Amino acid sequence: MNINHHLDEATLVSYTAGAMTQAMALVVACHISMCKECRERVAKAEAIGGLLLESLDAIDVHDESLAKLLAAIDDTEESENLEKNLPLNDSVACVSLEKQVVDSGKSDVPRPLQSHIGKHLESVQWKSILPGIQYYDLPFKTDRGGVSRLLRIAPGKAMLEHTHDGNELTLVLQGSISDELGRFGVGDIADLDEEIDHQPIVDSTDHCICLVATDAPLKFNTLLGKIVQPITGF
Amino acid sequence: MEKNHSGEDLAILTAVKKETEYLDWSQQLSDLGMKREKLVYIKIYRHFAPKIKAYVMRLGLLDSTAEELMQETMFAVWQKAHLYNANKAAASTWIFTLARNKSIDWMRKQPYPDYHSERIDNERPSDDFEKSSASQSDTNYDNLEQLITKDKMNTVIQRLPEEQRQVIYLSFYEGRSHVEISGRLGIPLGSVKSRIRLASQKIKMIWKERL
Repeated sequence: MNINHHLDEATLVSYTAGAMTQAMALVVACHISMCKECRERVAKAEAIGGLLLESLDAIDVHDESLAKLLAAIDDTEESENLEKNLPLNDSVACVSLEKQVVDSGKSDVPRPLQSHIGKHLESVQWKSILPGIQYYDLPFKTDRGGVSRLLRIAPGKAMLEHTHDGNELTLVLQGSISDELGRFGVGDIADLDEEIDHQPIVDSTDHCICLVATDAPLKFNTLLGKIVQPITGF
Repeated sequence: MEKNHSGEDLAILTAVKKETEYLDWSQQLSDLGMKREKLVYIKIYRHFAPKIKAYVMRLGLLDSTAEELMQETMFAVWQKAHLYNANKAAASTWIFTLARNKSIDWMRKQPYPDYHSERIDNERPSDDFEKSSASQSDTNYDNLEQLITKDKMNTVIQRLPEEQRQVIYLSFYEGRSHVEISGRLGIPLGSVKSRIRLASQKIKMIWKERL
């Protein structure tokens, strides 16, 4: 995969710090899972977290906590010996493991998104907003009005021209889009903030599918956008 | 969980009571992953548990919750130690990500979206399109942050200009988003982002100088 558009360093740091909304963090995690360069960058940003953890002044822990942990460890060791083939894991991992067993085969969905929509973009239950534009909402809404959603846009169509108060992340999963900033293919991420006023157009021959998240409501510049906004919740 | 000490555990506790401040924690954590020895685990616990608790409390959680999340994090350390790769991250970095994820899960009642690097890079690539990006030489990033002592980190942070230190603290210790920091400090979103970028750049520069 040839990825040309990467995450802003400020976005990476915020993701690493755990300071991002769920909606935004999902898009970041998806890009990182597709992009080796950003995986290396995130490892360095995480090291800042490690350094900060190391530099904190210790706060006394309760005396009985270690004993509780050691007892819990003994319990797991026992049950592991009983059920050697069922590794203990957190519930999320178990869910995604089940999903992988159910629908095996090649996936066009980045791993962090698979627990929400499965492994195939074609099986998404799209809803229409406007001719040529379909969407599927992911279950994250921020208290400030941001969302994350999948968009499926027909060739030649433009997304509505808009600006925003906060940050907006757009990750291309299929096809490609172009705007004032360049061309975005599969794996590319547009990491934008309020200073940008843009209108991406689908320039691939196939539909373009992208994962979009905002941390504040978009401001549409056209009457149509303003009419559609209450319906779409964007 | 039961509250009891076996005689063996007590002996171990006494043995590691002496401070272990300057151990190579990454080495210790690797050992734990391979040998699963309680003695090693207890050393790691003594060093990191009070720091994990301090981190969780700085996120604004109560003592009792912080204690619980510290236990969950330290339990995950035992369970996942075999996935730890010392070539990729310092022990403190790896443990930080566990503590972060546990805290967010608790605060948001939802797991923080994770990219599962241990699955992408350590194991053989799966059949989906992570394959194309997870190549053979993904290990061995430069381990700039290995063997850090507390003093060293304090120096790094102290060398940042105040306004850069502030945005790093607000991000990591309080979990504030760019938009929240912008509101809190009364500066434009763009300034928050450029301060974070500069801070990150400067920290990496200082690491390089020191190694």
